[in-house]
Amino acid sequence: MQHTASTQGPDLRAYLTGLVLALILTAIPFALVYFKLLSTGPTVAAIVIAAIVQVLVHLRFFLHIDFRRTPKENLLTLFFACFLIMVMVGGSLWIMIDLHYRMAL
Amino acid sequence: MLGRLTIEALPLYSAVAMGGALITVFGTLAVMAVITWFKAWGYLFREWFTSVDHKKIGIMYVTLALIMLLRGFVDAIMMRTQQAIAVNSEGYLPPDHFDQIFSSHGTIMIFFMAMPFLTGLINIIVPQQIGARDVAFPYMNSMSLWLTAAGAALVMVSLVIGKFSTAGWTAYPPYSGIEYSPYVGVDYWIWAVLISGIGSTLTGINFIVTILKKRAPGMFLMRMPLFTWTALCTAILMAFAFPAITVVATMLELDRVAGMHFFTNGDGGNMMMFANLLWIWGHPEVYILILPAFGIYSSVVTTFSSKRLFGYTSLVWATCAIAILSFTVWLHHFFTMGSSANVNAFFGITTMIIAVPTGVKVFDWLFTMYRGRIRFHVSMMYTIAFIVTFVIGGMTGVLLALPPADYLMHNSTFLVAHFHNMLIPGALFGYFAALNLWFPKAMGFKLDEKWGKRSFWCWVIGFYLAFMPLYLLGFMGMPRRMEHYDTAAWQPWLIVAFVGAVLILFGLAFLIVQIAVSFRNRAALRDWTGDPWHGRTLEWAIASPPPPYNFAVLPKVEGLDAFHMMKDAGTAYQRPARYEDIPMPKNSLFGMAIGAFAFVLGFAAVWHMWWLVAASAILCAVIVIIRASSDNTEYVMTAAEVEAIENQRFEDLAKAPPPDLEHIPVGVPGAPIPGTSS
Amino acid sequence: MSDTTAATPAGAEAAHDAERYAEKDFGFWIYLMTDAVIFALLFATYIVLSRGTAGGPTGSDLFSLPHTFGETMLLLVSSTTFGMASLAARAGNRGGVLAWLAITAVLGLAFVGMEIQEFAGMIAKGAGPDRSGFLSGFFTLVGTHGVHVSVGLISIVVMMGQIATKGLTVPVLSRLMRLALFWHFLDIVWIGIFSVVYLPGVL
Repeated sequence: MQHTASTQGPDLRAYLTGLVLALILTAIPFALVYFKLLSTGPTVAAIVIAAIVQVLVHLRFFLHIDFRRTPKENLLTLFFACFLIMVMVGGSLWIMIDLHYRMAL
Repeated sequence: MLGRLTIEALPLYSAVAMGGALITVFGTLAVMAVITWFKAWGYLFREWFTSVDHKKIGIMYVTLALIMLLRGFVDAIMMRTQQAIAVNSEGYLPPDHFDQIFSSHGTIMIFFMAMPFLTGLINIIVPQQIGARDVAFPYMNSMSLWLTAAGAALVMVSLVIGKFSTAGWTAYPPYSGIEYSPYVGVDYWIWAVLISGIGSTLTGINFIVTILKKRAPGMFLMRMPLFTWTALCTAILMAFAFPAITVVATMLELDRVAGMHFFTNGDGGNMMMFANLLWIWGHPEVYILILPAFGIYSSVVTTFSSKRLFGYTSLVWATCAIAILSFTVWLHHFFTMGSSANVNAFFGITTMIIAVPTGVKVFDWLFTMYRGRIRFHVSMMYTIAFIVTFVIGGMTGVLLALPPADYLMHNSTFLVAHFHNMLIPGALFGYFAALNLWFPKAMGFKLDEKWGKRSFWCWVIGFYLAFMPLYLLGFMGMPRRMEHYDTAAWQPWLIVAFVGAVLILFGLAFLIVQIAVSFRNRAALRDWTGDPWHGRTLEWAIASPPPPYNFAVLPKVEGLDAFHMMKDAGTAYQRPARYEDIPMPKNSLFGMAIGAFAFVLGFAAVWHMWWLVAASAILCAVIVIIRASSDNTEYVMTAAEVEAIENQRFEDLAKAPPPDLEHIPVGVPGAPIPGTSS
Repeated sequence: MSDTTAATPAGAEAAHDAERYAEKDFGFWIYLMTDAVIFALLFATYIVLSRGTAGGPTGSDLFSLPHTFGETMLLLVSSTTFGMASLAARAGNRGGVLAWLAITAVLGLAFVGMEIQEFAGMIAKGAGPDRSGFLSGFFTLVGTHGVHVSVGLISIVVMMGQIATKGLTVPVLSRLMRLALFWHFLDIVWIGIFSVVYLPGVL
């Protein structure tokens, strides 16, 4: 019983790279907040950017998303889900924050 | 031990409710008695309940849908009767009971009539249309069926034990919260929707994978029949929209049993978030119901006009556009919430945009019929009725898409007329067309056309009589869901609507007669060839009903309308040189067991029997773990068995009456004389 | 969609199996995406309700960053150790897989333990999910993630049982790969949780 993918796929280096990058990207926002290094606005921006980058790091090094090797339909599903999440979350927040503002009028 | 379940749960509060409960109980007992009389339990159990064959699962879905259609229609005609008489009087239904009826009518028609109907049709037909032997996940398919059935059973049980929700099929808080609806009704709604919703999500996943991964060689995406395309888009919508209702129903239940404050009036809750989340699911849901019907109409139009589908590519793109746009319009269900003009305008515009691809489709169907030799089969008649009626409903929809107009019309019977005008022709007529079109494929004999046409005329005329008055009543200011009223001017129109409902009752009765008569005459109506309508797509290439494996040899697809091309090239009905072993999924009790325990879980949760909730949840988990760990789920159908079945198939082909050349329309290649090609 | 059905029955069977596993992998991937939609809506609800504290405690009263940082480290390291298990599985090292899975399970269990400890502390302080809309949103979002991790833990134990009894067979390896996806996916959701809930909460 030979696993078909045994000759290719991620190696130890991928996981360790992912771990190191994720550690850095976790440490940055926690440090910014914990030691209050920046004012609120830039801190929030840094949290958001670090989170997005870290999600990409995880997708690449832990879930092994790869534009060449990952099946096309998996990539499409991923992009479609991202699009829908943006529509649903973005739309909900737009609607509810707009409503909140009008309720406060 | 029994939570809040006491003897008071029996419907002793009203004679009508008691009658409904007795009919449910005795109806169930009668069916069980008949099954016992014919000693059919073993057969049903072995051949159907434990089956993982997509065709049998599909037939069970459609059966469930037809039963629930009856129940939902009884609700409808009870409401029409009440409103026809309740001017300045109480009518015959107490308000609380009337409210249960409109709530269960909507819930049943959406979740337990339309959903199982379309899921059943997709189940029966899609694997055959793409030249596959089965769906990707046959066991999960069986589980989805039984979860849907469990949800339907919960709604039915609420007739007998306790009450159903009075909060409408959308269960808006704060009314559906524990403060205003302390009894079990809303809990029945929540658990029925949650359990069947999980089934629908799984069905969606199953069919995305089936359609994308299991197509026959040469069946490229742009060669897929349009029904398969709409099934794919519906499956995508099911998989990605149903999580929203899972989330929102769970939150409502947490509010009710755990004292949380998602949607409460005070304590930091936000009830408009419920409307927001519900319609994030709810609008895609509309297209989940309608898109498969669009696919059915495309199949019917091309088959009975004996022409290629006009504008296939534009139909595919219109389907995809509708699927994606359907995620961007949800706010139009609550324009009157009080959003700012920009928000309302945005969603009003997206709503109008979604009408464009729908219009494209209507023109494609019309051009397909143009200069075709149209055969007026029942399914074709439903299609024509759909086109005319749906355009009216669509235009009232564009009207409602204008926020200022919506402010005037919202919550009136105009809205009720509008969405029935979309969903009855746009979904139900399509399912009826499919029933008439694909019944021989599923059952092996055709449906009687005479009774089909009688049923058709009652449905169509009944629909117009029942719903056109509601547009007028909406203009006259009548709100929806009125138990009684004091405006005498409304009554004449409500009586017209009642007459329409009675006509629809005949339509439904004739549908049952049609099925019964066809069953009695099944020998004469037998479909020997598997291709009774000179069909164009692959499901007609195999026997009716198809063998368990569908295709003994996977077909090679050369283009759109694959089977039509095979007949044209004379390569249809060929005996292969040799047959091969076919691996098949074994029957399994797991799906039914999960459905049964899910039902117990839901029922126990409704009545706060928490020990039973825990026990059934654990049992479900154990079943899933056992199932997920088992490696031996297939058996092999040997080449010899396949050959025996296929030989019978060729004998049947030879028995078919010779094609009636007079009635083979232009454009349909004369069916090759069966059996001679070998 | 195999055009090239192998000539031998064994080859045909292998092709059939490969297709089955590809279908399962894709199906599981779609399931993960639908789960992502569930979490996205829980996030949206949390954000909408985050102002609805109803005069009760706020995030900065309740959240402890070192605690959250500890949870984050546990999950992140467990993701890496699951990766080690996948590598060992690919190398055919049965003992290695079992050992790495056990380590992963311990880390995951520690994470769930820390979360339960945090929840219990909040409830003891009168800041339970029934206190305010904000706390309902918080407990439901973070709790749903915790339930997912717990399901993952049970699955790891079942997986270890399968590997111990059946060995690293093709079906077992296929399941292990999907479980790994699930585990890594939960770590991604956690990035969202500390970035949306905890860090802004104490700002």
